[in-house]
Amino acid sequence: MSASATTATSPRAGLDIPALLKDAALTAFVALILAIPLVGFETFDKSGSTSLGLRTRWGAVAIGVVAVFFGRLVMQVWRQTMLSAQPGQVPLWDRVAGSVPKVKLPFGPFLIVFAILVPILWSGNAYVIDIGITVLIYVMLGWGLNVVVGLAGLLDLGYVAFYAVGAYSYALLYHHFGLTFWECLPLAGLFAATFGVILGFPVLRLRGDYLAIVTLGFGEIIRVVLINWSDFTGGPNGIASIPRPSFFGMPFQAAAPEGKSTFASFFGLEFSPIHRVIFLYYVILALAMLTNIVTLRLRKLPIGRAWEALREDEIACRSLGINPTNTKMTAFAIGASLGGFAGAFFATRQGFISPESFTFIESAIILAIVVLGGMGSQLGVALAALALVVLPELGREFAQYRMLIFGAVMVVIMVWRPNGLLSSREPSIKLNPGKGG
Amino acid sequence: MEYFLQQLINGLTLGSIYGLIAIGYTMVYGIIGMINFAHGDIYMIGAFICVITFTILGVVGITWVPLALLIVLIVSVMFTAAYGWAVERIAYRPLRGSFRLAPLISAIGMSIFLQNYVQIAQGARVKPLPPLIQGGVVLMESANGFAVRFSYIQMIAIAVTVILMIGLTYTITRTPLGRSQRACEQDRFMAALLGVNVDRTISLTFVMGAVLAAVAGVMVSLYYGVIDFFIGFLAGLKAFTAAVLGGIGSMPGAMLGGVIIGLIEAFWSAYFSIEYKDVAVFGILVLVLIFLPTGILGRPEVEKV
Amino acid sequence: MSKRPLLTVDHLTMRFGGLTAIDDLSFTAMDGEITAIIGPNGAGKTTVFNCITGFYKPTIGRIALTHKDGREHLLERMDGFRIAQIAGVGRTFQNIRLFGSMTVLENLMVAQHNPLMRASGYTFLGLIGLPSFGRAEREAVDFARYWLDQTKLTDKADWPAGSLPYGDQRRLEIARAMCTRPVVLCLDEPAAGLNPRESADLNTLLLNIRDEQKIGLLLIEHDMSVVMKISDHVVVLEYGRKISDGTPEEVRHDPNVIRAYLGEEDVDELPPEIVADLKEEGIV
Repeated sequence: MSASATTATSPRAGLDIPALLKDAALTAFVALILAIPLVGFETFDKSGSTSLGLRTRWGAVAIGVVAVFFGRLVMQVWRQTMLSAQPGQVPLWDRVAGSVPKVKLPFGPFLIVFAILVPILWSGNAYVIDIGITVLIYVMLGWGLNVVVGLAGLLDLGYVAFYAVGAYSYALLYHHFGLTFWECLPLAGLFAATFGVILGFPVLRLRGDYLAIVTLGFGEIIRVVLINWSDFTGGPNGIASIPRPSFFGMPFQAAAPEGKSTFASFFGLEFSPIHRVIFLYYVILALAMLTNIVTLRLRKLPIGRAWEALREDEIACRSLGINPTNTKMTAFAIGASLGGFAGAFFATRQGFISPESFTFIESAIILAIVVLGGMGSQLGVALAALALVVLPELGREFAQYRMLIFGAVMVVIMVWRPNGLLSSREPSIKLNPGKGG
Repeated sequence: MEYFLQQLINGLTLGSIYGLIAIGYTMVYGIIGMINFAHGDIYMIGAFICVITFTILGVVGITWVPLALLIVLIVSVMFTAAYGWAVERIAYRPLRGSFRLAPLISAIGMSIFLQNYVQIAQGARVKPLPPLIQGGVVLMESANGFAVRFSYIQMIAIAVTVILMIGLTYTITRTPLGRSQRACEQDRFMAALLGVNVDRTISLTFVMGAVLAAVAGVMVSLYYGVIDFFIGFLAGLKAFTAAVLGGIGSMPGAMLGGVIIGLIEAFWSAYFSIEYKDVAVFGILVLVLIFLPTGILGRPEVEKV
Repeated sequence: MSKRPLLTVDHLTMRFGGLTAIDDLSFTAMDGEITAIIGPNGAGKTTVFNCITGFYKPTIGRIALTHKDGREHLLERMDGFRIAQIAGVGRTFQNIRLFGSMTVLENLMVAQHNPLMRASGYTFLGLIGLPSFGRAEREAVDFARYWLDQTKLTDKADWPAGSLPYGDQRRLEIARAMCTRPVVLCLDEPAAGLNPRESADLNTLLLNIRDEQKIGLLLIEHDMSVVMKISDHVVVLEYGRKISDGTPEEVRHDPNVIRAYLGEEDVDELPPEIVADLKEEGIV
């Protein structure tokens, strides 16, 4: 009895307060050094002068240093009480986290039902539905990239390139050949996949970290080409007046063209611009759900298992007769085509595209969504996309710090829970389905 | 001919800057086998500290150029080194032995963080630096009046690079620190057993890389006269290309690769199209990876089964 | 049944820069036999394996694998994964290489990747959910179950492979290699780190594979008790060269082998208790 009592209290008893304070003070000192040049002084443009003006911000430095001091203190105390334990004891945090999956809330289906109901719950509020569309675009992109990064373990830093290929495919096919959105959608995926194969073929044989850099470079190349090849892509001005999708050939317009009916007139509704927003919402919801189903299905197919196996050990895969290059290529191409679909949708939703929409930041956001969601977890990716899109909408303050926080959180998650917050792997097949693992 | 010579000088200057950054990539890769994605941003921070220090000196009233330059170099190098050290300590050290992609993702997060940190702290607009070191030597002049100029700042950039290269080679081959670094590169675990302080050696490697990047940042600020928070992204990519081209892990290779990339960029801009110079550099990266994955001076890797 | 040559290695040489890891090695492994490759550390045993299984391209030499139907595959010309896929060479690794976060069963399913890919119509038909794929998958699970039974892992089929005890991991690697339906199975130190009981179980398993699957086994092993008990044929390497080749009985008494293992001195000069130990181990 006494033994259990000591183990229960010992983590707290083990706290060495002076050492903790010293550690926090040291960290704060480093923070001070780092903050002096970049936070302490601010340069600004002086009107009527070529040289810069200078302001000091010692208050901000002081706040930062104090915040770091207490932040470090809290973190260390947390670490020693929650994350570490006596031998033979499970850390407190793992005990807390371990109890969460046991609740088994049907969170995924709940989220899907909620997504379907959004346009009804907020009918008439185009703003909310529009944000919903943005969330779903990122959900789809996140799921698409998840195939590449989460399942196959290939770090693709230029995913936005495939998104751009999809968007420009639709815009250009419409302008040159007059193809409609629904005709272009599969083509956009196909083009993006082709780009994926062309890029993947030479580099997928290489080590993983090289792939990351090459894809990053590829993302930049696509953007540079889009900006400079003005005759073809419209250059920095982009391509405007891209048509919206139609509902089985019926446009969402106030007045119908000769001999046709509009969506509103066909259903006997009064014309309202929100019909189109709601329609777009359901289109992207359907595309995202399709992505989800395909991904979940792929995971249970031999190709999906081969992806996961390659992620774990490429040499063992070769010894089992798996062609590593081709297998990676499929992941790359499938991920690319999903990005292409999303791109075509983006073009039709915006009605206007330009290279500005396809910068590295965009790739970084998508990657952040996959990482935060827990690589390989569909639900996690969806929640991460929701958080990353909705939070900046809540306040301009947050929007300014958005990327700063993304970057910091990516580091923190890798350091703290490299497999993501919600990640728990479900086997793709079971010998004894009744029993739980 | 004159035009060619001018591009050669421009290319060499650019190349020595890329080379300085590339060494940081190659050293870190050699010792812990990861791409320090945030290294380009360390260089960007070096450039910002340079501009800020110059502005402070202007306010204080130190305007004698050699003194100002010396102070700026020292301040920039010291603070940037602190950043390099902190990045390793925060984002990479806890991840040793984690799964394969973890350090790379952490590095990307760090890169995004640093870019936005500088953007918020110093503003998104470009920062101009008044030309401090003006003039140069006219090497030759052609009949139609085209003068080949070797400006003082170009001379300084190349000279500083050469001096740093000599110092670095000495450090690696002759000092205890260099010996520890080479030992960690061969076998970190064994080095630790033999009493090498591995953590300290890795930290110092990051500090050395940051020092070189800071110097490159100072040179770039003086050479171009404008910087912004995004310069680290492209320069980092190109320097990485240089490191791969030279053979990642090899320090002379990184310098050589940097010079080659600088020359290619200068000549491509001069003779083909300036818009596609970055595309040309990435094209080279891909070609090198396909046909010469070990680079020019790299050692071939034998796969351990 | 007369024995048929399965794997013929001719004049195999492998150099890494200036280092010659294998020097003009030739030997033949028979079908339905267990051939052991032994030798002191650094003799080049694993390098031989890596050449046979395509992880290294030999500098010089020919490695021919003859199937039961008479087809011959020249392994030195094939890509690593094709050697497993087409020629039918299965292998295990000295340092176990399982897919640690995937379950035991999933490991065995990955091993049946190529037939399952065909059955899933290279993913396209599987995506639609064709019944023929479901059938193929059930057959694959049954085949996996057979090897789980053989390796006594059936109860742990849904465990992550990385959480298995060491001995189980070794057996799982063998089961996984067998799921590729190889014609020759190459085992790189399968008994390393096993306790005597596990080692004895392993002997039974390997003999069963030989006798029931009627395939050839190639074995690198340090544990002489394993080598001497189950091998039909032993090849001894030293410094990349072959110094002896024959039945375990022949090799055991070959003076070259004794010298390689014990150094130049005569065995008789060793203290008697060490000689007794060595006899027990089956070396002299």
